[in-house]
Amino acid sequence: MSAVDLSGPADRGRVYWVFADCWNVVRRGLTHYQRQPVNIAWQLGFPILSVLLYGYVFGSAMQVPGGGDYKDFLMPGMFVMTMAFGFINTATVVVHDSTKGVIDRFRSMPMASSAVVAGRGVTDLLVACAELGIMMGTAFAMGWRPDGGLGFLGAFGLLLWLRFALIWIGVWLGLMVPNPEAAGGLFAVAFPLTMISSIFVAPQLMPDWLGALAAWNPISSTAAATRELFGTPVGGGDSWVERHALLMACGWPVVLTAIFLPLAVRRFQKLSR
Amino acid sequence: MEGYAVKAQALEKDYGGKRALDGFDLAVREGTVHGLLGPNGAGKTTAVRILSTLVRMDGGRARVAGLDVARQPREVRARIGLTGQYAAVDEVLTGRQNLEMFGRLFHLGGRRAGSRAVELLEQFDLADAADKGVGKYSGGMRRRLDLAASMILAPAVLFLDEPTTGLDPRSRGEVWDSVRALVASGTTVLLTTQYLEEADKLASRVTVIDQGRAIADDTPDGLKNRIGGDRIEVVVAERADIPRAVKVVARVSDGEPEREDAELRVHAPVTDRVFALTEVARTLQDEGVRVEDIGLRRPSLDDVFLRLTGHRTDASTGTSTGTPTGTSAESSEENSTENSTENYTGKEAAV
Repeated sequence: MSAVDLSGPADRGRVYWVFADCWNVVRRGLTHYQRQPVNIAWQLGFPILSVLLYGYVFGSAMQVPGGGDYKDFLMPGMFVMTMAFGFINTATVVVHDSTKGVIDRFRSMPMASSAVVAGRGVTDLLVACAELGIMMGTAFAMGWRPDGGLGFLGAFGLLLWLRFALIWIGVWLGLMVPNPEAAGGLFAVAFPLTMISSIFVAPQLMPDWLGALAAWNPISSTAAATRELFGTPVGGGDSWVERHALLMACGWPVVLTAIFLPLAVRRFQKLSR
Repeated sequence: MEGYAVKAQALEKDYGGKRALDGFDLAVREGTVHGLLGPNGAGKTTAVRILSTLVRMDGGRARVAGLDVARQPREVRARIGLTGQYAAVDEVLTGRQNLEMFGRLFHLGGRRAGSRAVELLEQFDLADAADKGVGKYSGGMRRRLDLAASMILAPAVLFLDEPTTGLDPRSRGEVWDSVRALVASGTTVLLTTQYLEEADKLASRVTVIDQGRAIADDTPDGLKNRIGGDRIEVVVAERADIPRAVKVVARVSDGEPEREDAELRVHAPVTDRVFALTEVARTLQDEGVRVEDIGLRRPSLDDVFLRLTGHRTDASTGTSTGTPTGTSAESSEENSTENSTENYTGKEAAV
């Protein structure tokens, strides 16, 4: 019936196929961006616009406790915010695939089922790298001058580490929400959660109770830690969590992953129940 | 086991206390199209999802392509294709990119995935649209691409879960042609459908499922024979004429005429077809009853379903009560009327 030899795959180990399947799922994700350049423009345009708007509109009016340039305070915050909003992208893609039957098709195929989720995660991290690169370029053009070297790489790593943890929240939510429209509503949840943090305003300037909440927000730790690593440690507070920002920026994603990775996996397995 | 591509025994499945499958049996012969027919919620999709390894069974046993579904799911997956209720293809990618991606995920490797994609695009008449985004495809093209994706490894068993739901009649015909071609090449197909016409046209054997159980298993003709032969059918213009039509039809029929008041329709089984038809037509004319339509109808699977379960299928109740359930359900009904009702004048010419 077919001129192509379909007599089973090349004989390779199971581990090989897990990676090969994962890579093919990543390729699919990247081809989406290639076929929808407008989406790239949107996804990358929003952070650029945010950097410009907040930098120039707020920048003049904002003060940083203890002195310092607001740009040095704001830019790392903007990077963190973009990573934080990333879970909405993850959730949106997952909810699309699950409601349109694409995930069912993958599951009915002899591929590694872990590759469905792992491939999504790798795609999201690659996109996150592109987003960070572009935002940092824009920030640099606006006069932001971080330290180079190991600190810079460490900050970059911490930002991706946060994004990695949020993948699992995205996958979990993507498998929970009933339709793509509902996934759009996640923005309404994400927005206040990113505002009550040290991204735009130092927690000491907020009312006490709100400041405490903001200081303990996981993304505040990443913001504070990256400010340190970029060599511009402005606006730090004196509370325990703020003084141990670096530790917390490493620790929070571990906690989030420990909670949401099992939840996402369970939700995925529940598909066969 | 030999000769059966699918064999399920006493399948059980509970969904949160609701019994979706309740001792469901199924045997599908190799190289055939087997219809699985039933209303919404009867358990069709659950059965397909269990047999295609997507969902675990709570009880029972099932073998697909000679393999145990519960113990060898991975091996089963390499031998089956699945086309679900919606076209599970990537809408952003092109048709070719879809087939290449699925081919690589079926572990064909890049080169073979590429040439298999070309082959399938040709086979499913999508070569011209190969490099267009699937988002721009028509409903029928999407289903065909979905079918093509299910056929990448030339599976031994293909599960088609309501493959033409929501398609217009023309696209439906295209999908049917593709299915026929697949079976001719040796694939066994398990087809679930709400459209009795579809099972009638494609399947050589039909299992009727209701409330999680198989309540009948026979050829389409065998099922029809169970409820007798031809029926005469009269549609009158005035509601007040229904009782008179019942009386006239009763004179020539083998059994009590049935009336469907909402549609001003009276029908009954008959043996001497031509005599019954001419007699009823003449008598009604003599009595001055205005007749909208009169004809002989072969029993449809819909009639079978009504007889077996005591209720009509969802697809047909929707249209017979006049509530539109969507264009597709309506047009299928039109088709089946066209095909099964023999027009009075046409009949005369044939006699």
